[in-house]
Amino acid sequence: MTQPSGSKINDDLLRPLFHTSWRFFLLVAVFGGIVALGLSTWMWQARNGYGITGIKWPVYWGFYITSFVFWIGISHAGTLISAILRLVNAGWRRPVTRCAEAITGFALMIGATFPIIHLGRPWLAFWLAPYPSDRLIWPNFRSPLVWDFFAINTYLTGSLLFLFLPIIPDFAVVRDKSTGLRRKIYGALAMGWRGTPKQWHRLETAMQIMAVAIIPVAVSVHTIVSFDFSMAPVPTWNTTIFGPYFVAGAIFSGIAGLLIAMALLRKFLRLEEYLLPLHFDNLGKLLLVMALLWGYFVFNERLVTYYGNEPAHMAVFWRTQSGTFAPLYWTMVTCNFVLPLILLGIRRFRTITGCVIASIGIVIGMWLERFLIIVPALGHKYLPYSFGIYRPTPPEIIIASATFGAMCLLYVLFAKTVPIISMWELKAADHLPAKHPHSTAKEQRLGDSHA
Amino acid sequence: MRAVYGLYPNGDSAQQAVNRLRAAGLADREITVISAQPMEDCEFGEMDKASWMWWIACAGGLTGMSIAFGLSWVTAHSWPMNVGGLPTFAWWPNLIVIFELTMLGSILATVGTLIVSALLPRKGQTLYDPEVTDGQILVGVEDPAEGSIPGLQATLGAPPGARVKTI
Repeated sequence: MTQPSGSKINDDLLRPLFHTSWRFFLLVAVFGGIVALGLSTWMWQARNGYGITGIKWPVYWGFYITSFVFWIGISHAGTLISAILRLVNAGWRRPVTRCAEAITGFALMIGATFPIIHLGRPWLAFWLAPYPSDRLIWPNFRSPLVWDFFAINTYLTGSLLFLFLPIIPDFAVVRDKSTGLRRKIYGALAMGWRGTPKQWHRLETAMQIMAVAIIPVAVSVHTIVSFDFSMAPVPTWNTTIFGPYFVAGAIFSGIAGLLIAMALLRKFLRLEEYLLPLHFDNLGKLLLVMALLWGYFVFNERLVTYYGNEPAHMAVFWRTQSGTFAPLYWTMVTCNFVLPLILLGIRRFRTITGCVIASIGIVIGMWLERFLIIVPALGHKYLPYSFGIYRPTPPEIIIASATFGAMCLLYVLFAKTVPIISMWELKAADHLPAKHPHSTAKEQRLGDSHA
Repeated sequence: MRAVYGLYPNGDSAQQAVNRLRAAGLADREITVISAQPMEDCEFGEMDKASWMWWIACAGGLTGMSIAFGLSWVTAHSWPMNVGGLPTFAWWPNLIVIFELTMLGSILATVGTLIVSALLPRKGQTLYDPEVTDGQILVGVEDPAEGSIPGLQATLGAPPGARVKTI
């Protein structure tokens, strides 16, 4: 397959921006309705108090914190993957990066709302911010929750800028192709972009610096999220493996989320010429590696707990292996390890459909993983007085489910207002230097032809 | 603003135009080149490559680090709390906040440098043609000297496929 020409790239990728079908309104109505339901349920919770949820002593973290960790994990799809591929100058990254970076921005925004949803008095969330208040209490910088505040906000700021900067040249294209109010809006967003060599060099240097900075930040974010657990004296939580285990899990679920989004975009925006089976195959292989890594971490964590044989730890261990939570645990193992190994490990099954089925399984499995880390341990701490059960109530289920609607709504609106594939990066594939210092001949070929 | 420019269908003819302008005595800073994508396979794509952006990003990182250190140190010492004899200012936990603000500082400095050095329009640098979006490469001279326009038109019109415009 040959590289589409510049004008074809413009036509294909600007089509969703200039032509609106009934499907767009239907999607916005459906997802908007789900979000509205979630928001109204949250308001109802704020009005009536936490008593309407299943969160009570001793299980204070339930669906909300599970969803918080899950969405922060999903956010690792984009910026981290995109930054790594950008730094190694992988030619096949071009059609993928923006889809991925958008996931990061939206997943982080959604994830960051959960600690606020989780508050009994959400209107006091600003107490987390370090400011010289008259109450003479500053945030405790030794608390992992304050580390979360700094890490998530740094990652969110960096990710949104990492997403926005390479869109600027594409905003200029939309500006040139528009008239009236749309032209004014996109003109403002293009920030005077013309496309001089100086602008291209500055943009590419900025993207390189951002990529270098954002990779350690991404790793730190999920490590710090893991510290919310591993710094606490709760059975099976206080372990050194949680940092890398959480980071690997985050990348794992993030790639799965990215594959699902890419398949939907390919189908609904008719991007078959841009999001090729090659991209699904490459990401599918990466997903397979992450499945193996996830299995390795789970094996480590379980075996060390088993050999440690601490009574409190073993009680939680058996609750998940063969007790109340066993059905969820083995569903998780099937979704996160068995299914990907079959669908992604056997070449014949590593098709677009196979990748999407494996990814859906992984998203479910990774949500269960977070739930199984949090709830069984909190419900069975060291002494019998602190034993308890957790049953989610409808408000929790509605709010947690509504965030999936919010993700879809944000993504649909984004795809409607911004070219979902970086047009200038696709066009730039035709103008790589003859001997590019950072890419092999094969990578250049992939970049040029996408195949 | 007055300007003379040519639109070229490919990098080779645009390169010829740039070379001819240089041969006519124009410096690189007087030549405007605009394209819809980075032209890494052309010599003119290397113009204006030097940048202080990496150093400014480092300075931004150092600023962020200093702010984070000051914030956590001042906070700890303004309201010291004795918790089991632990140090008032603890390095290990504060390193996390210091790291995050270091990275944030470098990211914000990078974006600020990009905006100031490349995006804010400068006087005499507003030449543009929307045909660039369709793949044409613009090579031109902004605010040319009186009497030089006919010569520039001839120079810019010489490469194959050139379409010269004067505004």
